[in-house]
Amino acid sequence: MTPLLQVQGIEKRYGARIGCTDVSFDLFPGEVMGIVGESGSGKSTLLNCLAGHLEADAGQVVFDTRADGPVDTLTMSEPERRMLGRTDWAFVHQHARDGLRMSVSAGGNIGERLMAVGDRHYGDIRDKAIDWLGRVEINENRVDDRPTAFSGGMQQRLQIARNLVTGPRLVFMDEPTGGLDVSVQARLLDLLRGLVREMGLSAIIVTHDLAVVRLLADRLMVMKDGHVVEAGLTDQVLDDPQHAYTQLLVSSVLQV
Amino acid sequence: MIELENVSKSFTLHNQGSAVIPVMAGASLRVKPGECVALTGASGAGKSTLMRVIYGNYLAASGRVMVGDLDVAQAEPREILALRRETLGYVSQFLRVVPRVPTLEVVADPLLAVGVEKEAALDKAADLLSRLNIPKRLWSLSPTTFSGGEQQRVNIARGFAHEYPAMLLDEPTASLDATNRATVLSLIEEAKARGAAIVGIFHDVEARERACDREIDVSVFTPEMAA
Amino acid sequence: MSDYNFAYLDEQTKRMIRRAILKGLAVPGYQVPFASREMPMPYGWGTGGVQVSAATLTPDDTFKVIDQGADDTTNAVSIRKFFENTAGVAVTEETEKATVIQTRHRIPEAELNEDQILVYQVPIPEPLRFLEPRETETRKMHSLEEYGLMHVKLYEDISQHGDIATAYAYPVMVSDRYVMDPSPIPKFDNPKLEMSAIQLFGAGREQRIYAVPPHTKVVSLDFEDYPFEASKADHPCDLCAAEDSYLDEVILDDAGNRMFVCSDTDYCRSRRAAGHVGRLGTELGTEDAA
Repeated sequence: MTPLLQVQGIEKRYGARIGCTDVSFDLFPGEVMGIVGESGSGKSTLLNCLAGHLEADAGQVVFDTRADGPVDTLTMSEPERRMLGRTDWAFVHQHARDGLRMSVSAGGNIGERLMAVGDRHYGDIRDKAIDWLGRVEINENRVDDRPTAFSGGMQQRLQIARNLVTGPRLVFMDEPTGGLDVSVQARLLDLLRGLVREMGLSAIIVTHDLAVVRLLADRLMVMKDGHVVEAGLTDQVLDDPQHAYTQLLVSSVLQV
Repeated sequence: MIELENVSKSFTLHNQGSAVIPVMAGASLRVKPGECVALTGASGAGKSTLMRVIYGNYLAASGRVMVGDLDVAQAEPREILALRRETLGYVSQFLRVVPRVPTLEVVADPLLAVGVEKEAALDKAADLLSRLNIPKRLWSLSPTTFSGGEQQRVNIARGFAHEYPAMLLDEPTASLDATNRATVLSLIEEAKARGAAIVGIFHDVEARERACDREIDVSVFTPEMAA
Repeated sequence: MSDYNFAYLDEQTKRMIRRAILKGLAVPGYQVPFASREMPMPYGWGTGGVQVSAATLTPDDTFKVIDQGADDTTNAVSIRKFFENTAGVAVTEETEKATVIQTRHRIPEAELNEDQILVYQVPIPEPLRFLEPRETETRKMHSLEEYGLMHVKLYEDISQHGDIATAYAYPVMVSDRYVMDPSPIPKFDNPKLEMSAIQLFGAGREQRIYAVPPHTKVVSLDFEDYPFEASKADHPCDLCAAEDSYLDEVILDDAGNRMFVCSDTDYCRSRRAAGHVGRLGTELGTEDAA
């Protein structure tokens, strides 16, 4: 089996300071990988380098494209990379406002990616938007409302619908449950888990919440000071952490 | 089917002066298809640790942990995940599920994961829940709010939904009444009959004697230092 | 007049603007940045159009200015006077006689020919601006032909109003490449954007010039199930009885009486001169309300 994503020696520096360095891993189709670490550990920098939002200083991010097989996305032309970002890749931001057009209706938000890849039939676009609202548990009578009228949890679900409507194969998520109430988080996690399985999605999820990765991620990478200090099966890393930092991280979680 | 060879396990507590605690050494065992082996030994002897090493939940320090053709001690995460999905089932003492998911789907989940049709998976789940006397009115609710005994039975139903060739059972009959215990024991017998290799921990002597073909005392694997 | 260089602007500025115009003609629909000058009129009064006209006019030209189709509004009159004073060119109100026509918000009804240049005043040249405020991002979208957002705007129209409610500044695709704002002309005029004359667009405040060369393909964006329609008020002109011209609605009194008249005053005048009389019109030469 060809990995969907092969990451080799990714490094990003901010001047003399290390954002992240020497990060390598393979992600296979259908796999969900979590990246955990405290604020400033470089996990968001890494995610943004992988997704092409930040320019990495070194390394390769080889994606198995539908048309041409494995291609290094860091050396791709910008139009190709942006096309990938609208079709096979998706990015779910921590703050839904960063990933939504707040002045456009829910239906328009979901429809944008469809129109961006050439859909020109209003009725079809609207039907798909309504279908996706249902899949993220938003009532279809909200299709013409703007996200400004939505709760935080609904906005986040709308962002997910907007991202998944074109059937991407790889989803990047940056703290997808950050800033949400615990009950809302649970609903979102359950929804994401269902969608990941149903669509056979691969995903890379950055979070500092170990409960989130336990539920969603098959594999885990633990980062500290820009380095990956430990990686492995999620439950193994959480239940039998090998590295000092991971042990500290795991033991710091309050038991409920 | 399950074959351990000279397996050792230790914990290094980096945040407590890097204390190294060896908990297991020279562990070897073989379980054939259709065989059920009970792990025995005093509390703290390392029964659960051994099960977790087989499941890949704990990382073995050395040795081979073969389940089928896969050495769990050396395998890639995705290989272990595939093993858990297809080959190796685990009934733990505690139910860990996503909130909000109805009981029926919790039980059907392992079947869906291996590609069984939704309807067939739900039928099988319903059958198991009935056998384990979970009232039908609870099936549409999340098991997170159930009593301890009910959760345990849901957990067993989930563990036996897919017919794994190898199974790990951690106290499957604990906190069950006589009727349900009998049901669980017959589930184990059915699994053995179809050729499953089973490693289990049973405190209940009667259950152990009925279900298991032989016993392995894990205290022989306990290193001197830790004793 | 001798106090000014011909047509107000100095020759170096005209060369700069002409280069922008030529580039615009070479890349139809592409917004060319230019160093817009301060003009002796406020932004929003056509400073972009005036600079393009100034760089385009020659002493032999005949100049016409319309504002919403009319030759006699303050804006049209003052721009016409401006070039009479600074360039000394001939001026006219007759579309057929003009060689350079500066316009705000309309395309004349009479078909233009290949010896004519139509200069548009443009307030906001960027059609993507309403949904994407970042200039860096809209430029990238143009260069990469990422125009999904334009349809989002039309989608929003239909979802909120039942059909595409954008009635003016209706976005078009020029020569299968660039999405362009045709300036706030009514969408009724959109089909006329494919014409024999040269069309130049000037945005003074936004410092952009763009162009559509003669006979260039210009397609109004739409959906398969909501095709573009060039609409107008469903009336004949009350003065000249024209059925095919774009109409202004005029409220006559507090009782709700109203009339519809051609927005293109020259077109209406010439039809009446030819003897056409509408519901409220009288024969030309006699006194009337218009």
